[in-house]
Amino acid sequence: MARRNAFETVKVARRVKRPGALQYFERVFDGFVELRGDRTFADDAAVVGGLAWLGETPVTVIGTQKGTNIDDNIARNFGQPHPEGYRKALRLMRQAEKFRRPVITFVNTAGAFAGIGAEERGQGEAIAKNLYEMSTLETPIVSIVTGEGGSGGALALALADTVWALENSTYSILSPEGFASILWRDASRANEAAELMRLTAEDLLKNGVIDKIIPEAAEGADANFAFTADIIKKELLDVIPKLLAKDKRQLLDARYARFRKYGEFEEQS
Amino acid sequence: MNLFKKKQYVPITGSREGAPVVPDGLWLKCPSCRKAIYQKELGEFKVCPNCSGYFRLSARERLALVADEGTFEETDSGMASKNPADYPGYEEKLRKTSEAAGSNEAVICGFCEVCGNKTALAVMDSHFIMGSMGSVVGEKLTRLFEKAVEKRSPVIVFSASGGARMQEGIISLMQMAKVSAAVKKHSDAGLFYISALTDPTTGGVSASFAALGDVILAEPGALIGFAGRRVIEQTMKQKLPDGFQTAEFIMDHGFIDKIAERAEMKDTIGALLALHRGSCDGAA
Repeated sequence: MARRNAFETVKVARRVKRPGALQYFERVFDGFVELRGDRTFADDAAVVGGLAWLGETPVTVIGTQKGTNIDDNIARNFGQPHPEGYRKALRLMRQAEKFRRPVITFVNTAGAFAGIGAEERGQGEAIAKNLYEMSTLETPIVSIVTGEGGSGGALALALADTVWALENSTYSILSPEGFASILWRDASRANEAAELMRLTAEDLLKNGVIDKIIPEAAEGADANFAFTADIIKKELLDVIPKLLAKDKRQLLDARYARFRKYGEFEEQS
Repeated sequence: MNLFKKKQYVPITGSREGAPVVPDGLWLKCPSCRKAIYQKELGEFKVCPNCSGYFRLSARERLALVADEGTFEETDSGMASKNPADYPGYEEKLRKTSEAAGSNEAVICGFCEVCGNKTALAVMDSHFIMGSMGSVVGEKLTRLFEKAVEKRSPVIVFSASGGARMQEGIISLMQMAKVSAAVKKHSDAGLFYISALTDPTTGGVSASFAALGDVILAEPGALIGFAGRRVIEQTMKQKLPDGFQTAEFIMDHGFIDKIAERAEMKDTIGALLALHRGSCDGAA
């Protein structure tokens, strides 16, 4: 089939029917038990998480969840987390560290929510704290971008030992609309922005932002969910034992180095 | 007041028809009260004599206010941006900005003394592509934290940034993770970090190292927040509360420790560093 251009990929990544974290929890793992709340303020339904079995291994699963209809979307704030969502994720990650359970995150969000309450409760601090703590979390972390990887709101769940992305997912500094609006003051040039932003899985693999592309059936992960979910399961079953076999120092040094490498610059003496 | 608002876009330097010609740069418009201020009246702290509002400082001006005279030794001064995302016109923009701002990037890093205490110091510059963080800002800060671990030195970072640098795309986003991990390394070594927030500290900088200080200070009235005002107004479809996203608002909500006037910032930092001399043996 014909290759999609970048903005077509953005549209596939945003499809309402694109599977969310909860669907992956049910399909890829066994015995999912949902755990809620950040123990401080609230339970943010845009971020879901809990415990499950990956084969014979207990794991902690976390992800962003968009709604499947209007009511659900309102309850889940269209998958855009508030600070309490990030704090809930961090709580579950700390718990995973305590029991040395691997953490697997599924990211599909347009970004951290921009709102009054989100600012009042420290959206910036919540994201920063996740980056800070995840960088030394003493248990393996695998992150999979399954749809939209929207900026800091996605990164706050994706500082991992290995980061994967679905074939038709995107991961970018901002939405193409936002990018066009900031740089050219014209959100309608989103199509053009998408091309320039190198936000497709293929681009991300090329510049080392992700380590692996998870294939989708030609019609997309929404149309053939089993195809993609089964590949994810197979890949996780392969990588998790390898990450668990590393000692803590090795694991954290490699994670630090993974993010330490980003940047392109020149130096004059 | 409407009269003033309408005049916002009228240049106050240069000539207008029928008005006498005034040389450029002698008069500056206060960003807070919008009054034209004679430059010499501003003083080294650049505080408006009319409303006490702050003019934004360049990194060099800030440095002169914070570091003890003659002690600052810059690190990585020759580091300059490339164009990792091949963004059209980025090299040209960097060149022009460098010439206008008189520096080659949006942060200056180094080691110095503050009130006699040795410390690492980074100062961002909002005059350089709005202090945005791309590869160079991320790398310089990361190296500063790493060097501070080696030297067992505290770190002070003055933030002034609109967030991640759009022109470098996703690589700018990754700098948030890179610098935050370096801050954690520094913290795990038992070392002290002061984050000082100045106008503006927003976006990806507010969501990474700026929010991670052991002590977080801010200048009065500084704009501090994650999302832009316009974006929030559009999503919420309501007017934002008075003083939203100011340093005072952020302190009321529990996210910073202290608001320090510009004139007392250095002494505040000096006192905090002195209290941590025992933990940072490179600081004495």
